[in-house]
Amino acid sequence: MENKENKQQESKLLVKDRDVVVPGQVLAEGFDFLPSYGTYRTNDKILANKLGLIHLEGKVIKTIPMAGRYHPKKYDVIIAKVIDVGMNAWRLNINSAYNAMLSSKEVGGSGGYGSYPQKGNLSKIYKIGDYVFCKITKVSGQNLVDLSTNGPGLRKLYNGRIIHVNTHKVPRIIGKKGSMVNMIKQATDAKMVVGQNGIVWLQCEPKLESIAVRAIKKIEEESHIPGLTNRIKEFLEKETGKKLDITEKNDKEDNEVKNDIQK
Amino acid sequence: MTYKNRLDGRKMNETREITAKAGVIKKADGSAFFKIGKTWAYAAVYGPRDFHPRFMQDPTKGVLRFTYAMMPFSGMGERVRPGPNRRAKEIGMVSGNALRKVVNLEDYPNAVVDVVVELPQADAGSRCAGICAASIALADAGISMTDMVAAVASGVVDDTVCLDLDYEEEHYPEFAKEKVDSEDVADIPVAIIPSTGEVTLLQMDGIMKKEQLIDAIELAKKKCDEIAIIQRAAIHDKYKGN
Repeated sequence: MENKENKQQESKLLVKDRDVVVPGQVLAEGFDFLPSYGTYRTNDKILANKLGLIHLEGKVIKTIPMAGRYHPKKYDVIIAKVIDVGMNAWRLNINSAYNAMLSSKEVGGSGGYGSYPQKGNLSKIYKIGDYVFCKITKVSGQNLVDLSTNGPGLRKLYNGRIIHVNTHKVPRIIGKKGSMVNMIKQATDAKMVVGQNGIVWLQCEPKLESIAVRAIKKIEEESHIPGLTNRIKEFLEKETGKKLDITEKNDKEDNEVKNDIQK
Repeated sequence: MTYKNRLDGRKMNETREITAKAGVIKKADGSAFFKIGKTWAYAAVYGPRDFHPRFMQDPTKGVLRFTYAMMPFSGMGERVRPGPNRRAKEIGMVSGNALRKVVNLEDYPNAVVDVVVELPQADAGSRCAGICAASIALADAGISMTDMVAAVASGVVDDTVCLDLDYEEEHYPEFAKEKVDSEDVADIPVAIIPSTGEVTLLQMDGIMKKEQLIDAIELAKKKCDEIAIIQRAAIHDKYKGN
């Protein structure tokens, strides 16, 4: 009986897709919608509990965060800084509220898979202050984070420059299938690694390096204005004087946005 | 004579002019300013971040630290000695409690969220301005919270209930232009959670009658709903291009 009565009440959606919402804002009324990440239900209302963009998937309402620190997630590939060396493990700063552990068993390297665990002084492999490109293998309920450098491309980062960017802009810096990163790489001949935690490692000639840094900052600042790819391409062509040829360029901006959301 | 014309010409249920803006401090994770008349509050939020000393960490939920500070020449009287004092510590504690109700600290075990409120100038109502600024800053920092707390003070001047007293009204007998009936001035800061109407801060300074107390709280509650709209607009303005 009760269900029937509820269904008779009409459910109302009070926001549109991709709207900016703030905590406490009412998103929907009635029981026809389901609260997901960044939202909660009180009585017959669904409210936002995080600042973000609304994303509707059928009946499910969730918000995509736009601000805040990096929150560690399993399988994320990140850049971390070694802050402590222990007997069997390193402790790393992953640019979030919690530090991560990297066990000596999880170290990949020239020896290949399984050739470790290392004995003796772990500083010989990674010392304090080193930046390591690694992946998250586990996040516990208490936010204890385990890392691994065993995998393709995962390694210690030598030389180069570290840039901090907003964590939530990382998908835009990478671009659709890495198109944005490849564009910067092509224009500046840079070696570049982007971590999901908002740390970017960059290595190239000093002159071009500043162009790459400015391009990244430009993406970060203007990511919400349509036509980003074209603008960055123009910027890079103007600064470097090179003609860029990108095969995958100028796909519809909508696709890029969808891709961003799915990430 | 009862208090009919307010010293600065406002209506009894009118606040001073309010401006709010989000994202004013670049290095902070979230920040805001909230100006109400000549009371200016800047709030910065840092975190959630690693909490030391470790014995203060809480494995079940995060910790919210609130620091309230008046700048040396912010007051109406003498220079305020910088650094924590008895008054600042108390205000920091009650303002923190006003916000802890809405922040989902269970999401940040063992971590700390630091809220720092600085007042470049204060003309009464500073704790309310601080709370308003702090909730905008917390939301701007992407902290998980059920709602944004809104706060305003109401009070009684010369036997009349009015909203958002300034410094001169709080010291009415000194500044009065007319004959004063009652020397008593009372001031009640009120903070509410707009979505539920819960009161998270209620203090009283001075003497007033029971009916006046009820009127004053109702007046402040009503105004808080309007302030909540201004707070939300401040964040929406930041992302207008979207």
